[in-house]
Amino acid sequence: MTYIFDGSLPGLLTAVFEWFERKPGTVSLKSIETFQPEAFSESFTVVTNSDKADRVWKGLQGKLKKDWLRKFYCAYLSEIPEAFDHLFQFTIYVFQNEKGAENNYGNAHVIALAKYAKSVEREKHRMEAFIRFQHTADGIFYTGVDPDFNVLPLISNHFKNRYADQQWIIYDLKRKYGLHYNLSTVEEITIDFAVGVNSKNPEAILLNEKEELYSVLWKDYFKSANIVARKNTKLHIRHVPKRYWKYLTEKQLS
Amino acid sequence: MSFDRIREKLNILADAAKYDVSCSSSGGTRKNDNKGLGDSHSSGICHTYTEDGRCVSLLKILLTNHCIYDCLFCVSRKSNDVKRAAFTVDEVVELTMNFYRRNYIEGLFLSSGIFKNADFTMERLLLVCKKLRLEQKYNGYIHLKTIPGASDELIKEAGLYADRMSINLEMPTEAGLKLLAPEKSHQDVIKPLAFVQQNITQFAADKKLIKHVPKFVPAGQSTQMVIGATPESDKDIMYTANAFYKNFSLKRVYYSGYVPISNDSRMPVLGTQPPLLRENRLYQTDWLMRFYGFKVQEILNDANPNLDVDIDPKLSWAIRNMQHFPVDINKADYKMILRIPGIGVMSAQKIVQARKFGKLRIDQLKKIGVAYNRAKHFITCADSPYQLRDYQGTQIKAFILAESQSKYLKTDSNQLILF
Repeated sequence: MTYIFDGSLPGLLTAVFEWFERKPGTVSLKSIETFQPEAFSESFTVVTNSDKADRVWKGLQGKLKKDWLRKFYCAYLSEIPEAFDHLFQFTIYVFQNEKGAENNYGNAHVIALAKYAKSVEREKHRMEAFIRFQHTADGIFYTGVDPDFNVLPLISNHFKNRYADQQWIIYDLKRKYGLHYNLSTVEEITIDFAVGVNSKNPEAILLNEKEELYSVLWKDYFKSANIVARKNTKLHIRHVPKRYWKYLTEKQLS
Repeated sequence: MSFDRIREKLNILADAAKYDVSCSSSGGTRKNDNKGLGDSHSSGICHTYTEDGRCVSLLKILLTNHCIYDCLFCVSRKSNDVKRAAFTVDEVVELTMNFYRRNYIEGLFLSSGIFKNADFTMERLLLVCKKLRLEQKYNGYIHLKTIPGASDELIKEAGLYADRMSINLEMPTEAGLKLLAPEKSHQDVIKPLAFVQQNITQFAADKKLIKHVPKFVPAGQSTQMVIGATPESDKDIMYTANAFYKNFSLKRVYYSGYVPISNDSRMPVLGTQPPLLRENRLYQTDWLMRFYGFKVQEILNDANPNLDVDIDPKLSWAIRNMQHFPVDINKADYKMILRIPGIGVMSAQKIVQARKFGKLRIDQLKKIGVAYNRAKHFITCADSPYQLRDYQGTQIKAFILAESQSKYLKTDSNQLILF
């Protein structure tokens, strides 16, 4: 038996609700995007219902401590097809057992969730570290990113607290939405980039006149801080995997 | 300010500061509650890594590399023929603010050569901190060097604005220091370290009684030793580190493999490779002391004054103490599980939680993150294969080395494999 849901978090939680109402035995959960009909298996399409989802979420809040609710949310943000099924099975497992069952690291779903959450938290942390703002001519600090996972909801507060006195935009080019901080709140935005605008590295004319100066100084600093006698390229790449180099000002040729 | 001049200054003064290895930005507790710039992140953030694999989290610069001292191990020593430069206070402030705004850095690491005298230098460092905090509403991280010999009042005031303060021991023993820097002594370091420590304790005590006590060096103090410039043993180094951790509640001791910068006959010759592996082993020992509950005497003592080069200190300890093994994963207490080679802090915590739900098996241990190929020689679990014979520590070492992929071994091994 396969349950199909719409890929949203309320959808996933509704699927848990439907399972408990029907108790159909072993079920796997797939999102509509990845579902392929199978000849010998039945399927059931879950209709997302916010009331049902809320009840399941409340139930989870009663069962899990804050750190595990966060792991649950992070694993969902990974957008990995198998993660959805693990989340589904994990929720059922938690409801069917006494409080504290989430600490059973011998359980396949517990360990899977912990693993997905770890990957997502790592990507979140990397975004906090590797994002480089460029000061645009209209005074906004802008950056375009395409993270492996959908981490913008997780980094919003970090940047809001940190850059409270400057307007900034972090735009997810892959998922086509972004965050804009307008000096009081963070709002979700979408941008229609004009044809010819490089959304990752805007042309100099769109940037603040000082931007060039500081990016050059930063590149200089990066070079000066290196100790040539200790060169260790393997370690360097392990810390800054090549797929992140496109974000880093210091890794761009001047 | 002229663009080329500021570029040149930055190159000179960043280059001179890079031998200070501390780049930690953790432990800060400053919140952005004045709608200013910056907010500390308790675990710190490394914003990039240099090509030698070290993290860059702070803008690490000297205010000036003019110095009245002539310490042989230092690139800014008076007698060294290098270009000299000095930043103005405003230049440092502007660089910090603009780098921070672009998310290049977590904060500022400000050190300085000693010009005129200690107080004159300390006053200028203090001025940078005050401008950042008070005028620019900057709440990012500041790591400030305490200048030995500066007056207590200046050091105390600086502590109100800095997140971390540090003074370098430079050489692990007094004898080593006297050899290379006759003008200096460990006492110069101990006095201000102790003074700042007393104040940290005092402020913490006040905080219990009074609600609004300003922060004082919230991320604590650290120090650094140069390794391999003088002939100390690993035991000397780690015993000194241990004493400083104990006596001054230091947050970190850093070990910096000496990079030859001088052709004085008392030092390793120019072009010698920095002792990177040794440095790594010292850090491993440091971690065992701080996070794994090892006493320094267990790892290094008169019988073993130096760390093994081919295996890490935890494995080395286990092999010397086979009487404690094998450990039953499903019964042993957390402290003992932490001591098993191949099991780290995270795995150990997961094991202790997971075994409440049933006896753990090999496949579960692997999923939890245990390096099983290493750990298997030291543990038993629910489905461990029955072993007829006990292996000697040396045999186990040979097994592990045979599987090891360490980059250091390939160059080191001069023993042919027979079977």
